[in-house]
Formats: sequence, structure tokens, C-alpha cells
Amino acid sequence: MEKAAANICRRNSASFYEKIIEKLLLSSGLVSVLTTAAILAVLLYETVAFFAEVSPARLLFDTQWTPLFVDKHFGIWPLVCGTVLTSLVAMVVAVPFGLLAAIFLSEYASERVRRILKPALEVLAGVPTIIYGYFALVFVTPLLQKLIPDLAGFNALSPGLVMGIMIIPLISSLSEDALHAVPVSIKEGALALGASKLKVVWGVTVPTALSGISAAALLALSRAVGETMIVAIAAGQQPRLTLDPRLPIETMTAYIVQISLGDTPAGTLEYKTIFVVGVALFVFTLGMNLLSHRLVRRFRGKYET
Amino acid sequence: MSVRRKEIIGERVFVALCLIAVVLPLVILLLLLVDMVWDGAGRLSWQFLAGYPSRHASQAGILPGIVGSFYLIIVTAALALPIGVGAAVYLEEYGRRGRLANFIEVNLSNLAGVPSIIYGLLGLGVFVRVLGMGRSLLAGACTMALLVLPIVITASREAIRTVPDSLREGAYALGATRWQVTRQVVLPLAFPGILTGAILAVSRAIGEAAPLIVVGALAYVTFLPESLGSPFTVLPIQVFNWVSRPQKEFLANAAAGSVVLLVILLLMNSLAIWLRARLQKRRTW
Repeated sequence: MEKAAANICRRNSASFYEKIIEKLLLSSGLVSVLTTAAILAVLLYETVAFFAEVSPARLLFDTQWTPLFVDKHFGIWPLVCGTVLTSLVAMVVAVPFGLLAAIFLSEYASERVRRILKPALEVLAGVPTIIYGYFALVFVTPLLQKLIPDLAGFNALSPGLVMGIMIIPLISSLSEDALHAVPVSIKEGALALGASKLKVVWGVTVPTALSGISAAALLALSRAVGETMIVAIAAGQQPRLTLDPRLPIETMTAYIVQISLGDTPAGTLEYKTIFVVGVALFVFTLGMNLLSHRLVRRFRGKYET
Repeated sequence: MSVRRKEIIGERVFVALCLIAVVLPLVILLLLLVDMVWDGAGRLSWQFLAGYPSRHASQAGILPGIVGSFYLIIVTAALALPIGVGAAVYLEEYGRRGRLANFIEVNLSNLAGVPSIIYGLLGLGVFVRVLGMGRSLLAGACTMALLVLPIVITASREAIRTVPDSLREGAYALGATRWQVTRQVVLPLAFPGILTGAILAVSRAIGEAAPLIVVGALAYVTFLPESLGSPFTVLPIQVFNWVSRPQKEFLANAAAGSVVLLVILLLMNSLAIWLRARLQKRRTW
């Protein structure tokens, strides 16, 4: 009798122990949810404090960004413009290179060549961005200055190009997945109708995989928008409302770095501006990521039944 | 020329273009590495590795950066690993397809796309200010732990998924509880994969500078961190400091520092690959 009671007791404590473990595991899973909540809370708290001093209209309708000057202007567009400019230059490099690389790896390369080239391409994304920044400033800019004489020492072009090289593997790897997922039967159908392989690639495979390829491009764009060290080193620190890639500009991320390096006490208006810029950055990247995920889901839904 | 022949030539040109699209970026990468080693070779010496920053480029060393990076990744790994593996175990073994697990999953995929500098702002607001850690090594490591957490979780989940269900079912049939199955069957078998993924995730943290600049790592440190509360610097921030100086002599230091950073990354990646190969030999299924 006593033995049975002890057994029940032990079993109860065992299941109690199991429940504790499950709760512990769940709470480590919830750390990520907490992280998201904390990001939102921190960004919004400082932004609300900022808008208590500066009206949102000054942020949206001014065309100058000079929070560090005596004559303060808080128009965010010059920073947005700098980010858009460097990211666009990066995309001009990364989309054609990434797509052609993906087509090569998925449609033309033999399995052996693919197994060597794919990881080699991935190395591009693994090099620390500080090293790319050094490369842009010390190597690419002087080289470009020989071709374009009026290129400034700090400019949007050189870091944009280097950033483009960095995100090629992002586009190629995701696009390759999309191209690979196009059913062989569709391609074979086109080949049977007498189309050449080149026509099948551009007329059938790429259009069919288009939503997957756009998803890859969007993800790469979001990566370029959030990239920090390359532009902080090589693009300059002059917020400027321009689309001329030869001039020094400042991106949103580079502005946050600039303020963080200085001695800005917490609670000042300058301190709050980095969180306001952070909100803009967060909204842009999150928007592109969500759109990209939606495109991938649509692509998957089409052929996986 | 016949239409068919034109098609064949067009196709060859296209394939050549595609090949260039793969090879050219690799050539540029090689160029970058050669250029960097060329620029930095003159500065690489024992004095450089074991020295402290200085106003004179030729006397400046990188020791505080190396030691700071080393401490930072140890603390980052100590924080991110238990939480990351715990979350992965929950998602794979406990919460499978539950509503809560689904919510965590959506949240993780969004977090993975958040720019690293935003994590810096998070660290500045939460760890440095609210929790009062100040601009310390601990605040930096906490920030980095949150940054690499999605990577650790993804890698651990993939490793856990490779354990066949038949082994789990065998253990359940013997009367094991869910935790016993996890602890004694799944985790030991998934361990090599988890370890490799963890090392790769942490090596990502070594190259990151942006979030740590925001959290307040210093750029000019002439001492080694003594405790978790100490101010600190890391390798990439030291390199950034040298790159952004107006004096050109410091560019050679930046190149040499970049070489040191790359060698450390290469060593860590080789370690991960070697460990995986070694530990996987024991697998019997």
C-alpha cells in the first residue's frame, strides 16, 4: 500500500518536472517574441518623445536634415534619399548578376560544377561588411575616379557597387530555388514544341519562377537598405537630397552610426533622432520582408499540390 | 546563316554570360583579398598583434580588439546557445504545429530580416539604459545574443529534424517521457549539427560592428576588459576607427586588422567543419 502511494507520488513529481521543463523551453521560445516587442517599445518610446518636441510635419515636409547644427532641420528625406540611392546602385549590380548566376547554376551547370561554385558564391555574403567598406573606400573609389573624373572621394556609387557584389549570393541562392521548383513537365512541353533551350529559359522557366525571383530581389533590397558599415565608411556624412551617385551623401544607417560615435547624452533631441530614423528603417525593411514572404508563399502555392 | 545556327550561337553567348555572372564576383572577391593582404602585410607583426592602439600608425596594435572580440563571443555564445537550443527543442519536439509555436515561428522569420543596427538601438534602449548595464561588455554580448538567436534556432532545428522519428518512437515505446526522449535520444544525436550551427552563428557575430557601435563599444581602448562591466572594443570597430581616420598611414593598419579578422573567421569555420566531420563518424543509422 505504502509502496503504491510512493509510486504515485514519484509519478506525480515526474510529471510536475516534465511540466516545468516544458515551461522553460516555451519561455526560451518566447524570448524572440519578447525581442520583437522590446524593439517596438524602444523605438516608439523615443519617437513619441521626439514628436513631443518636433511636429511630424517638420519631419515629412522639410527638405533638410541638420539636427547637429544651430539651425536645426528635421526633414528625413535626404537620409531616405541616400539610402534609396545606394540600394538602387546595389540592385542594378545584384539583380542581373544574381539572376544569371541562378540560371547558370540551376539550368546549365553540371552537378559537380554546381557543388563547387555555389558554396564559393556564398562566401561573398560571409565576408564582414567592414572589409567591404575598406575595399570600397581604398580600392573601388580611386579606380572609379580614373573613369569618372568628377567623382567625389565619398560617394554613393562605390559603396553601392560593392554592396551589390555582397548581396549577389542572396539573390542567386533564392532565385535558384525558385527556378528549380518549376516543374520539369512544363519545360519538357516547351522543348517538345521545338523551342530552343534558351527560349525555354526566358519564355517558360523564368516567367514561371518570377514571383520567387521577385521575392529574392526584395529580400536583397531590404538587406541593402539595412546595410551599415559599407556606407558609413565610403558614402560620406552629408545628408543631401540628390539622385546623383557621384556626390557624398548620408544613409539612414550611417546617420545612426555617426551619432553613436559622437558623445551624445541620452535624452537630448539628437539622441532621440536616431530612434526616429530607426523607426523609418524598421518600417521599410519589415514591409519588404513581409511582401517577400507573401510572394514566396504564392509561388509555392502554385505548384505544390 | 540558318536560323538554327543563329540559335546555337545565341545560346552559347548566353551561357558564357551566365558563367561570367558567377565567376566575375569571385574574381573581384579574390582581388579584394589580395589587395588587402598587400596593403596590410607590412604592418603584420608580433608587435601589431600584441600591441595597444597608438596615435602613431606604425606603433599601433590590435590586442584590445582581439581580446574584446574573444570575450564578447564567449559571453554571446553562453547566452544565445541555451536559449536558442531550448527554443528549437520547443518548436520541434513540443509545440509542433500548435498555434503558439506557429506564432513564434512567424515572429522568428520577421526577426531574421531586421537590420543589425536596429538590434543596436534595442540594446541601447534596453540593456544600456533601462537595465543599467552601461556601455559594457555585458550589454554588447546581450545585444549580440539577440542578434544571432534566430540563426542559432534555425540551425538547431535543422539538426533536430535529422534525427529519425523511428528512434523517438522506439524510446516512447519503452515508456520514456517526452523530456527523456529529448534529453537522451534527440539532443545527443543532434549535437554535432547544433554545435556546427552555433559556431557559424557566433562567427557572424565576430564580423558585426554596427550594433556594437550603437551600444557604445569604444573605438580607442588602451586597456583589456577586466570584467563584464568593463568598457570594450572589438576587432571590426578597431578596423573601422583606422579606416575613418584622415591620416593615410592608418589605412595599412586597417588592412592588417582586416586580415587578422578574416583569419579568425576562417579558423572558426574550419573548426565547425572539422567538428562536424569528427562527431558525425559516430552516427550509426
